[in-house]
Amino acid sequence: MLADPSVSAAVADAHRREWAFVLAATVRVTGDLGMAEECVQDAYAQALSTWGDRGVPARPGAWLTTVARRRAVDAGRRDATLRRSLPLLLDDRVDPGPQIADPEEIADDRLRLVFTCCHPALRLEAQVALTLRLLCGLTTAEVAAAFLVSEPTMAARLTRAKKKISGARIPYRVPAAGELPARVDAVLTVVHLLFTTGHTAPVGADLIRRDLVERALDLARMLRALLPRDADVAGLLALILLTDARSATRVGDDGRLVLLAEQDRTRWDRNAIGEGVALVREALRRRPPGRFALMAAIAAVHAEAPSWTDTDWRELVALYDLLVQLWPSPVVALNRAVAVGFAAGIDAGLHALDALAAEPQLAGYAYLPAARADLLRRLGRLSEARTAYEEALLLTQNTVERDFLTARLDKLGQAQAKPGSTHPGPAPSAPR
Amino acid sequence: MAQYLILIYEDEAAWATAGPEGYEQAMKEHTAFGHANGAALRGGNALQPTGTATTVRREPTGSFSVTDGPFVETKEALGGYYLVEAADLDEALAVAKQVPAPFGGVEVRPVQVFD
Repeated sequence: MLADPSVSAAVADAHRREWAFVLAATVRVTGDLGMAEECVQDAYAQALSTWGDRGVPARPGAWLTTVARRRAVDAGRRDATLRRSLPLLLDDRVDPGPQIADPEEIADDRLRLVFTCCHPALRLEAQVALTLRLLCGLTTAEVAAAFLVSEPTMAARLTRAKKKISGARIPYRVPAAGELPARVDAVLTVVHLLFTTGHTAPVGADLIRRDLVERALDLARMLRALLPRDADVAGLLALILLTDARSATRVGDDGRLVLLAEQDRTRWDRNAIGEGVALVREALRRRPPGRFALMAAIAAVHAEAPSWTDTDWRELVALYDLLVQLWPSPVVALNRAVAVGFAAGIDAGLHALDALAAEPQLAGYAYLPAARADLLRRLGRLSEARTAYEEALLLTQNTVERDFLTARLDKLGQAQAKPGSTHPGPAPSAPR
Repeated sequence: MAQYLILIYEDEAAWATAGPEGYEQAMKEHTAFGHANGAALRGGNALQPTGTATTVRREPTGSFSVTDGPFVETKEALGGYYLVEAADLDEALAVAKQVPAPFGGVEVRPVQVFD
């Protein structure tokens, strides 16, 4: 029997919205992540048939949780060895009893799951993988595809991470208040990494990986719901909304990269910008503002500028100055230098960029020569610009970005034949 | 509860140049650490430098090779340890952060339980 499309859609929707809630609540019963995953997967499979026969329940999350927990209890009775395996650490494990819990009273344990997945004692790549698998409910194959690794490699990575969680007794618990800011930052780092990987894919044919962007946005929204008073969470959600609001205009119909300066601003997502700007204001109220709030404020300046030329570059430089203090990363300094190039003149920008030339962290970073190339081109120093574009090309693996740099080089060839003609335009390092 | 071994890895060369004042300071800090974490501590020792270490391996032939020096030569070497009892990794890490290790850091390893 084929499943009713409306039922499949309801199950898919519940998968995206409720997976983390159902899994987190089931872990409380199993005390074991892998076992809980299996029970939740079974519950979704059962939903496909049962919802088809009896209709979609009013509260799909509660229905799925009840079914998954019942399976966990049954499996626990059947499999005594389960009890011997090292259980996850719960300070208040629930005994579901014959009735299980009243669905109305199922505690929201998603934050516990979040902090376990993003525990700093796990490798960052493992944190990201666990987040996609356990919080977003992606299959191991889907997580593997997101990282461009084979499925067995990803399965091994997930297994290793789960073994560390139980072996080292990483707790299933929301950290104490004193630990919370550092731990929230670790969580936000994972979500931000997912977003940036999706926003500009490091390798491959597509500039944007929509699947990863959507997951990062879902996660940021979930964290916002769970930690509504956290300014850093507000900042990251704002950053994602404001940056992603431009996504429809970043690649042209012909697949070419379109820089911020040339994007059709009428096609930017104004709803996302409105929501993002309100969140930035809230995030900036905390003193001193956090790094995501400052990055979001920078994105907001671009989002609200009527045009590239009417962008408030001085405000941008001021924001970058604050960001560099808070987060002394050469990549931030590079973006600051580009803004200086517009606020204080090309020479000043080039000066700021050249100060970064010796940064070991920027060796191999394509945006540095690309930004230099652009400033040199605007100064009319065309042969130096050519060398810098060629250097950037050597360091870029994204096809769309490579095509952009190649086109710039070709244009330079024509301009060199016609001395003095330069095209103003931003470097690819400018926010896109 | 579980037990964790906190292994202290430090640069021996830095200790060699720290002088008597450096040792005295370290002794004070470890004593203070011991007082502050007495409830969790189950044991601990400082080790003599790796120059005193002897490594023993069984060869494929069945005989033993006995060599001068530590198992692995590293800039930062195992110089001491604490055995602590903690409810979970977070609690163990909270103790680990207080261990004085001015010339290196510590590694936290859960103790294997056999049942």
